[in-house]
Amino acid sequence: MAEYVPDYQGTVTKYVFVESPLLTPKDLAVKAYEISAGVMIKETCFGLQVTGTPEEVEPLIRAIREFDPTHIFIKDRGFPPGDERRCRANLGGARPGYLGHEFEMQRVRYISHGLSRLAGMDDTEMHTAAARRPEDERARPLDLRRLKKLIEAEEP
Amino acid sequence: MVKVFIYPATSLILSDMVARFGHEPLGSAIGIRERIQTPGIESPPLQITPEEPKKGLKWAAVEVPSGVRGRMAVYGPLIEEAEAAIIIKDPDYAFGCMGCARTNELIQFHLRHKGIPLLDLDYPTSDEEGVGFVAAVKEFLTGLKTEGSA
Repeated sequence: MAEYVPDYQGTVTKYVFVESPLLTPKDLAVKAYEISAGVMIKETCFGLQVTGTPEEVEPLIRAIREFDPTHIFIKDRGFPPGDERRCRANLGGARPGYLGHEFEMQRVRYISHGLSRLAGMDDTEMHTAAARRPEDERARPLDLRRLKKLIEAEEP
Repeated sequence: MVKVFIYPATSLILSDMVARFGHEPLGSAIGIRERIQTPGIESPPLQITPEEPKKGLKWAAVEVPSGVRGRMAVYGPLIEEAEAAIIIKDPDYAFGCMGCARTNELIQFHLRHKGIPLLDLDYPTSDEEGVGFVAAVKEFLTGLKTEGSA
């Protein structure tokens, strides 16, 4: 069994997703490089990956968020960028995964809308909005018992 | 700052919202990072070693398949650390093999039995639902802060 010596020990990696009408991943990368102070930044099709020590990354992430607070979304990543086990350069094809990202990126525009609307709300309005549940408004499939009743009630 | 477990544990939206409103999200990346950053024996692709199913016995019985116990070795410590949780009901993409499905059930079981503050939500499918979603998350997380500082 081979010994395992991790790359970038003691670092954290964050995904930065940008879904903005005003900011492309390239713009964001340029802005982030300007303030990065040596933190490793990798530009991707969806935004960035930022790798560094927690003390370096946290302030950078806070600053990146400020560029477009309602359209930038950030999450942790377990692997550093370019890791041989996950990087498509070593896998001979497309990288597995990203299914969740693809799914959630279709929904983030609703979250962006929610965040911008919430900025102008007071506590009462927020409480009213929070109490609403989508199941009250969504279309539901026809209940089986009701369908059976309808079939049985049919006139010959 | 409260440690909030997110389900699905890979969720970008939940991870972002928890961090945005001042708390610490606990998800898959934290457990995987711990393994990726710890020197030891090479065990690709996720550094899950044969020791994990043994550790997983703390959260899943011995007759449970080793795959589930291995996964619980990643999620179990995070669930124990969690002081609150946000759960999205029936997320479309959190499917997989039987190991993933049973692990997902076990995660929710442990979270619900832990007695911590929980928030159940659905993914928004419209702008109006998005407002409700964000408002519910913000209200929940703000409430946690109030309880913590009281």
